Amino acid sequence: MAPTLELYTRKIGHPEWEEPFVVNMGPQHPSTHGVLRLYLELDGETVVRCDPRIGYLHRGLEKLSENMTYTQAMVLTDRLDYISSAANNTGYCLAVEKLLGLEVPRRARLLRTIVCEMARISSHLLWLATHALDIGAMTVFLYCFRDREWLLDIYEKICGARLTVSYPRIGGVRLDFTSEIIDELYQFTEEFPTRITDYETLIDVNRIWLRRTKGIAVVPPEKALNMGLTGPSLRGSGVPYDVRKFRPYDAYDEVEFEVPVGKNGDTYDRYRVRMEEMRQANRIIRQCLDKLAQTEGEPVVAEGAPDLLMPEKKKAPRAVPHPKKGFMVKGEEVPVVPEGEVYVSIEAPKGELGYYIVSDGSGKPWRVRVRAPSFVHISAIPEMVKGHMVADIIAVIGTLDVVLGECDR
Amino acid sequence: MSVVEILKEKFGAAILGEETTADQLGIYVSREVLPQVMRFLHDELDFKHLADLCGVDYLGWKGKRKKAERFEVVYNLYSLSRRELIRIKVPIPESDPRVPSVTSIWRVANWFERECYDLLGIRFEGHPDLRRLLMPENWSGHPLRKDYPLEPEEEWKDYAELREKARELSRYEWGDRRVRGG
Amino acid sequence: MEAILKAALPGIILIVEALVLLVVALLHVAYTTYAERKVIGHMQQRLGPNRVGPRGLLQPIADVVKLLTKEDIVPLGADKGLFYLAPFISLVAGATSLAVIPIWNRFVLADVNVGLLVILALSSLSSYGVILAGWSSNSRYAFLGGLRASAQVVSYEVAMALSLVGVMLMAGSMNLSEIVKAQISSPFKIYALPQIIGFFVFMISAIAETNRVPFDLPEAETELVAGYFVEYSAIRFALFYLAEYFGMVVMSAVAVTCFLGGWAGPFEVPGLPFFWFLIKLYALLFFYIWVRATLPRYRYDQLMGLGWKVLIPLALLNIVITGGLKLWW
Repeated sequence: MAPTLELYTRKIGHPEWEEPFVVNMGPQHPSTHGVLRLYLELDGETVVRCDPRIGYLHRGLEKLSENMTYTQAMVLTDRLDYISSAANNTGYCLAVEKLLGLEVPRRARLLRTIVCEMARISSHLLWLATHALDIGAMTVFLYCFRDREWLLDIYEKICGARLTVSYPRIGGVRLDFTSEIIDELYQFTEEFPTRITDYETLIDVNRIWLRRTKGIAVVPPEKALNMGLTGPSLRGSGVPYDVRKFRPYDAYDEVEFEVPVGKNGDTYDRYRVRMEEMRQANRIIRQCLDKLAQTEGEPVVAEGAPDLLMPEKKKAPRAVPHPKKGFMVKGEEVPVVPEGEVYVSIEAPKGELGYYIVSDGSGKPWRVRVRAPSFVHISAIPEMVKGHMVADIIAVIGTLDVVLGECDR
Repeated sequence: MSVVEILKEKFGAAILGEETTADQLGIYVSREVLPQVMRFLHDELDFKHLADLCGVDYLGWKGKRKKAERFEVVYNLYSLSRRELIRIKVPIPESDPRVPSVTSIWRVANWFERECYDLLGIRFEGHPDLRRLLMPENWSGHPLRKDYPLEPEEEWKDYAELREKARELSRYEWGDRRVRGG
Repeated sequence: MEAILKAALPGIILIVEALVLLVVALLHVAYTTYAERKVIGHMQQRLGPNRVGPRGLLQPIADVVKLLTKEDIVPLGADKGLFYLAPFISLVAGATSLAVIPIWNRFVLADVNVGLLVILALSSLSSYGVILAGWSSNSRYAFLGGLRASAQVVSYEVAMALSLVGVMLMAGSMNLSEIVKAQISSPFKIYALPQIIGFFVFMISAIAETNRVPFDLPEAETELVAGYFVEYSAIRFALFYLAEYFGMVVMSAVAVTCFLGGWAGPFEVPGLPFFWFLIKLYALLFFYIWVRATLPRYRYDQLMGLGWKVLIPLALLNIVITGGLKLWW
């Protein structure tokens, strides 16, 4: 029997030629969206092995928050997914509120829903911009940034910050919207759908775009769930899992919206899902704005919610009968946050963002664990790029929409 | 029948207990039967989504609920069809921090377990590639342990070497002169 | 003395002409970069350069000054000779092609009989610069970029040459001046109409030849950082940059000469014999820039597929049709 070509080249090949061509993509690379480093073994242009190396942005947020009070630790959540910080804050606040047993006023829930959906739109806009730029379409990038800028300006009017907003707080939100902001948001929701149509006309039917995204990194539904993909990346594969529908939080149970799902589970479907999600987010903001009028003048913070000066330990005066003197006032610690543990997840723009918080009754969390969607998505990259080409790696990183601040924590 | 009842019926004494905090159900499972329990939950009870896997260090725990062992590995599972979130908790003694890996059931567990090993030093048996993930390969200690200080006194021992290496690599030629950068 | 002067005069004139052409071409190249930034800027809802000089008009000069004064870095593991040489190969090959292009009836530096062949040869030669730059930098990204460049140039060179065969058949010459004259005397006035397939294939291959979007794989910024010239800095980087725009100008000039009727126009502009040539050239350059602002990038295998499966068969078909018609009449 004649030897196969592979055996033949093995036999005559110089040992050095057999070595794979290793490329370290990142941590300094224009399209790894931060400091992701991919250790790639290539055969020509085809990827043989891919090993993501992370940790370049590891700041020890989980360890840090164990040494802070609950309200101090909230600021750290801004730095997770710095593109959609309002969503991170909300998830953390929901978890602590659940431990405290706080009931958030309706107006605060509506306001939080609005800023979360604004975060979703601005995150998806940034995703579209960079994804398109990675694939080579330069103009979409600047179009998206124009609209994102508008949203960031609105954020600035709401709370004074553009990126790390810290607008939600435990038990509600920090400030109420002024009428000016509401007017501007109305104007935004009015115009934004036409902007989405603009982007779609730029790339939706572009033949090169279709060839670069259709059939790339196909993930079947069961596999997607098994790999832990969540958010638009999972829904692109056709699994309609959306935390907003399955475990509604804030005001999501009182607004109407649809969960778009894809069919083929390829890069193009995930692109379509995100585009549609922007429309739905716009719809949600619109409905929440309408509902805000009904709750005019209501409080935006729950009764008894801790603010920034949350104590580490709380001493409660208590009369203790003393054997000799008859009476004595003695302090005894009472729980600041009731003991317990909770896992609360929200639908962040990138996927399911979960907070698992263990409380030992003191004012500092015993353990804060962040289940970051980007972390899981990066772990799925090796499976998704295997057998694809170098150019597709970029498309895959783009389509999963990873942010390293969240991945490395 | 609730999940706990089904599990108790099937695994008996291996289900160490249950608790409910903040409306969420937690089930203590002994680590010997963990793979079987997880396989059962995944295949039969349709908990297809491993939402989270993490470890907790209970060294110096002052809470009211007493902890028998120092470590706990916590699995948050979600079932899309049952719309139910449960928490499986596995106590692990300090002297022997090992737990069976669930990577063969959920692929997502791969990195979760690597991270848990990296930050807490719990070894996952049967894991295909148990390396450090967030910290450098030769880091000593596991940062999320409670006895690990927030600000370590000593520098990472490779840092000086790394700095030297970076300086070495940043040499370049400029005209005919050799310039030492860094 | 006078005899010597008389004998040397044609040579001196030629040198002066060459210098004039080079300076004008360099100015064009410099302002093509400016135009590109300005046009793309406006297409993308921003202003483009507007700080240096009135409306940013001095921007290209500022860029050149900046690049000249920057530090020229050579990586340690690089093959120094080739590393120094590569940008010059690219640039010289690009600039030399201008010599055979008839800008006007009476302004051709080298009126050679095989002008088209010279251009094809030089454009393949310029790819050596790219490949050598990629190889000598001792960098993975540059190496991949160089490999991509060689594959791309080899395949698109074929398509481009074949697309020009139709023009040669119709004009019956490879001399570019003759081709223009043949076009003017033909019933169509320009060959872009009868040679529409050839024109189409040529324009696409020209974009690929000059490594521009959507075929900018050798320097794919988001994949290979900057591809073959990732390790270059300062003036050598500027030379590659110049070479790319020279390539653009040359390819547009060839397209104008072979397909759009060269210097001929609907009417004579008194005193400006180059007028129509330049107008057509600018239109094509604008087309290049427009494409860059619009399209995403092809993937490597898709690019090769397009070249070999679409463009080359189309070009061959074009040759067969042209040849058949030529035989018929």
